Amino acid sequence: MNLIGSALAGAAGCAGAAMTAAVAVPARTRAAAVGVLTTAAGVCGAVGGAAALSGRTFSAHLPDLLPLAGMYLGVDALSGLFIAVAGVVIAIVAGYGIGYGSHGHGPGRAASCALPVFGAAMLLVPAAASVSTFLFFWELMAVASLLLVLSEHEKRDSVREAGLWYAVMTQLGFVLILLALAWLAAASGGETFAEIRAGAPRLSPLLRGTVFVLTLAGFGSKSGIVPLHAWLPRAHPEAPSPVSALMSAVMVNLGVYGIVRVGMDLLGGGSRWWWLLAMAAGAVSAVFGILQASVAGDLKRLLAYSTTENMGLVLLGLGAAGLFRTSHQPVLAGITLAAALLHVVTHSAFKALLFCSAGSVLRATGVRDLDALGGLRSALPVTTAVFAVGALGAAALPGGAGFVSEWLLLQSLIHGLAVPGIVVSVALPIAVAAVALSAGLAVATFVKALGTGFLARPRSDSAARAVESPPAMTVAMVLLAAGSTVLAVVPGLLGSALSRAVGAVSPGGAAVSDAVARRLAVLGSTMSPLVVVAGTVAGTALVATVLRLVTASRRRAVPLWDCGAGPPSARMQYTATSFAEPLQRVFDDVLAPESDVDVTPVVESEYLVRSVSYRRMVPDRIEHRLYTPVIAAVRWVGGAARGLANGSVHRYLGYAFSSLVVLLVALAAIR
Amino acid sequence: MRALLSKILRVGRVAEPAPPLPGGVPLRRELTGSVQVRCVDAGSCNGCEIEIGQAFGPVYDADRYGARLVASPRHADVLAVTGPVTRNMATALRRTLNATPEPRLVVAVGDCAIDCGEFAGGPGVQGPVDSVVPVDIAVPGCPPAPEAIVAALRRVTGR
Amino acid sequence: MSGSVFGAPVTASGITTSVLQVGLIVVGAPLLTGLMRQVRARMEGRSGAGIGQPWRDLRKLMRKKPLAPDGTGPVFRTGPLVQVSTTLMAAAAIPFVSVHTGLGGAADLIAVVALLTLGTATLALAGLDTGTAFGGMGASREMTITALAEPTVLMATFALSTRVGSTNLPAIVDAGLKDAGRVVSPVSVLAAFALAAVVLAEAGRLPVDNPSTHLELTMVHEAMVLEYSGPDLALVELAASMRLAVLLGLWSALFLPWGTATATGALPVAGATGLFVLKVGVLGAGLAAAEVFMAKLRLFRVPELLAGSFLLAVLAVSASFFL
Repeated sequence: MNLIGSALAGAAGCAGAAMTAAVAVPARTRAAAVGVLTTAAGVCGAVGGAAALSGRTFSAHLPDLLPLAGMYLGVDALSGLFIAVAGVVIAIVAGYGIGYGSHGHGPGRAASCALPVFGAAMLLVPAAASVSTFLFFWELMAVASLLLVLSEHEKRDSVREAGLWYAVMTQLGFVLILLALAWLAAASGGETFAEIRAGAPRLSPLLRGTVFVLTLAGFGSKSGIVPLHAWLPRAHPEAPSPVSALMSAVMVNLGVYGIVRVGMDLLGGGSRWWWLLAMAAGAVSAVFGILQASVAGDLKRLLAYSTTENMGLVLLGLGAAGLFRTSHQPVLAGITLAAALLHVVTHSAFKALLFCSAGSVLRATGVRDLDALGGLRSALPVTTAVFAVGALGAAALPGGAGFVSEWLLLQSLIHGLAVPGIVVSVALPIAVAAVALSAGLAVATFVKALGTGFLARPRSDSAARAVESPPAMTVAMVLLAAGSTVLAVVPGLLGSALSRAVGAVSPGGAAVSDAVARRLAVLGSTMSPLVVVAGTVAGTALVATVLRLVTASRRRAVPLWDCGAGPPSARMQYTATSFAEPLQRVFDDVLAPESDVDVTPVVESEYLVRSVSYRRMVPDRIEHRLYTPVIAAVRWVGGAARGLANGSVHRYLGYAFSSLVVLLVALAAIR
Repeated sequence: MRALLSKILRVGRVAEPAPPLPGGVPLRRELTGSVQVRCVDAGSCNGCEIEIGQAFGPVYDADRYGARLVASPRHADVLAVTGPVTRNMATALRRTLNATPEPRLVVAVGDCAIDCGEFAGGPGVQGPVDSVVPVDIAVPGCPPAPEAIVAALRRVTGR
Repeated sequence: MSGSVFGAPVTASGITTSVLQVGLIVVGAPLLTGLMRQVRARMEGRSGAGIGQPWRDLRKLMRKKPLAPDGTGPVFRTGPLVQVSTTLMAAAAIPFVSVHTGLGGAADLIAVVALLTLGTATLALAGLDTGTAFGGMGASREMTITALAEPTVLMATFALSTRVGSTNLPAIVDAGLKDAGRVVSPVSVLAAFALAAVVLAEAGRLPVDNPSTHLELTMVHEAMVLEYSGPDLALVELAASMRLAVLLGLWSALFLPWGTATATGALPVAGATGLFVLKVGVLGAGLAAAEVFMAKLRLFRVPELLAGSFLLAVLAVSASFFL
């Protein structure tokens, strides 16, 4: 067994030990024991992933672990990338969870048990090398995450609702993936990935297309791609913050992994329309996600929608990569895929950071509503600083991790002009427009989140009473912030890893990988984030020094300028809602906000107003238009079918008998 | 647009030639060349405001001497206070002065600002401006002519 | 790939060029603002304060004693610094006078635009940090406009860089210098109009924002900085002037590249410097003259202008593919 195998075994072992600890250790030290062991599992995973990225591979067949087929494991550089990202994030977030779990936020025994399982499943999904193994880990991950989402169900009703949404969506997605992969395995004559890879080129385009669409939908729902994103803005806010961080920074990545693995590797590229479909879904997700985020008032909901946006950008990149590949441009396709994968990595870094700092805020104040926060910078200095780092990344501004990956994505789209064909010339401008729109709105969104959530003065008692989180949490957040800053400043460190990961699923293999590495190096030489960031920091220091030299005197403290009318109260500040109001008005037709005005008159006369209440909400329009009718239809069918089940055993036996007869007749007719 | 352009060409310059610089040393060396003015109406009848508006209009063009009206006392060097200080405005006037960064000057514009003028002894009147905040320059007149206001500002800018 | 040439290591002449450009922008930007005010004053029948007035204003503000408004934090203090330094970085990177700038590695169109946006975002955060109603209002409006202007910039960037195959600014300028047909092509003209609207929006000029308004409710940029005073305000005003100069310079580098030095050496650079000053001066004066004929748009009409410019940029991109 090589390093990767030992690392994965170590990760599984640590996770198992963590589960045991969750059951055996008393509640007082449970969080610490589970956290430390899960961190160890994450570290093992990171080591294994890094080994795979350095060029090693691993494959194994463990016949005894799963009934019937046994377990097939296989790790290449692409798996390695996802395993490494998952490992690092799990290790840090599990450490964060130790702090989050203290002081009454502690998860129960079931949730403590589910956390290591969730972590290990996410590490092992990319390592699966057969359909049954993959589905096993996938479902394990889904069930464990569902348990984790539900861990605060006793505290709030909304948790149960979110859990229901998540359960239904994730299981529907699972069914789609199951159908597609089972069909694919059956048609290509074997269920290991190697057999599918060998057999897939012989399959009919219709079958391959159907499999791709089904998996795109299934994996897309896991990644929060519009219109299958409805669970995300519900489950992420309601889950405990370490869990939201893991879900949003790692689990959604695995949807991307699935699409790359199935679409590019197992099915071998496929036709143009597949990737145009992916690009369209990605573009819509990117714009819709960030638009909803820009008007969201709940901090974690905002972050969840931002995940939809970023996964949309990744899918857009994947689509473009597939498009270039079908146009026989393997190197360009490789660069674009590398850009998409880089965005996966950077998104994981800043989103884990953002969710962890949102968790720190939630822990300190108990409030997620940006309108009721504010003024946290003095009470929560570390949280504010790291949130700022994350926000810089999510806004894709220089110094932020998201900037480099979006820059690379734009570069690859710009180079797409080399690809002839009318389809490309129509698709690429639209793709760039989507990236451009989402980039602009992301800046406004994260200025809103940071500015109204953390700066100025507190707008509620809870925000005023906030205290900084314990060291376990702050250390974890600082680590994540350092990681995303390193990604933002020297992304070139990932160059060879990315090109290897791309090479693993490209038709040219090592040749493409080398070409991609060279092109990345050339591209990297035209824009150095290090120069940009260092220059800006040096410039700021220089200006500050000059200012200090020119104006030596001390600052005089004065009250805020209040137009002479007395100190402005905290209620006069701009809130998140008021900040986003112009944007909401501009995108009125897309967002369709709802407002409610209730006027209560005094008893004596209806012309004298006693109170006016005004409420404005921006519901998710897709959810409104798409899900509500479907759910209503399902309800109606359920209601209508109730008449069939009247409680009489005779009738049920009759149903069983008649369906058996129908089945037999049908069989007889077919055979 | 063509109408406006032909008017611009036809009218040419309307600013009157600059009168000679009033004598005396500049009041504050730091403020030479540039002075930003924030108007505070402490209870005026708005006569002085109209004249201040004229002073900054094209004909008297106080802008050419480096004076400019601004929207916040934070940006201001000079508070141009008009009217007798009413009870309601006394605190606001003090706060406005406190909000202005040093070095700063107070110009009392008009007779009312200097000695309450017509409104002296009125029930809502607290007193002249210098009973509330220290006054550096007084511009008498009811209302003062724009030339007088411009001359007072030129004593500050020294241009 | 043409971009690789310009990613070359930093040279002494490149550093000299960058320092020259930064000096030019720092010294010249307030003069440009003064020139624009002077043009406007003359057209209004005034005699105007002279083009040196912004510098006199800055000198005076620097001499004033700084204030620390209660309840403001580090973001409020550093906002103007970051705004100035990002603009300085842009000034050092964009090939104003020579295609060989010292920041070849950062002279990327997307990076430059993102840097300027970073400055805007920081100042908006500073506006929110004051916790006053006007600060928040200005920040909200400014970010709305930025969010809607950003797509146009990226689309226009895309249109301009597809032919060159790079977003590297020296490469784009160089390509324009070598082949004038590129600069007067439909792609370039459409992108020029699109970017012109964005320059107006980002620099806070009419009809998007009125830089000389005194009415808080109509303010965008001014409302955001109402709480700044003295030296801080001097930085904010200097940054605003520099932004305008940098944006006009960027526009002229992209669409009027002629005169930008491709050779190193004192003489070509000196000539290019003179031409650059002339180009930006003429553009600024023209803008000021045009502003006399314009009224400020309602805030909720601004998105229509920006959407129009976005459409132009999309047309430019389509043109770059089809023509």
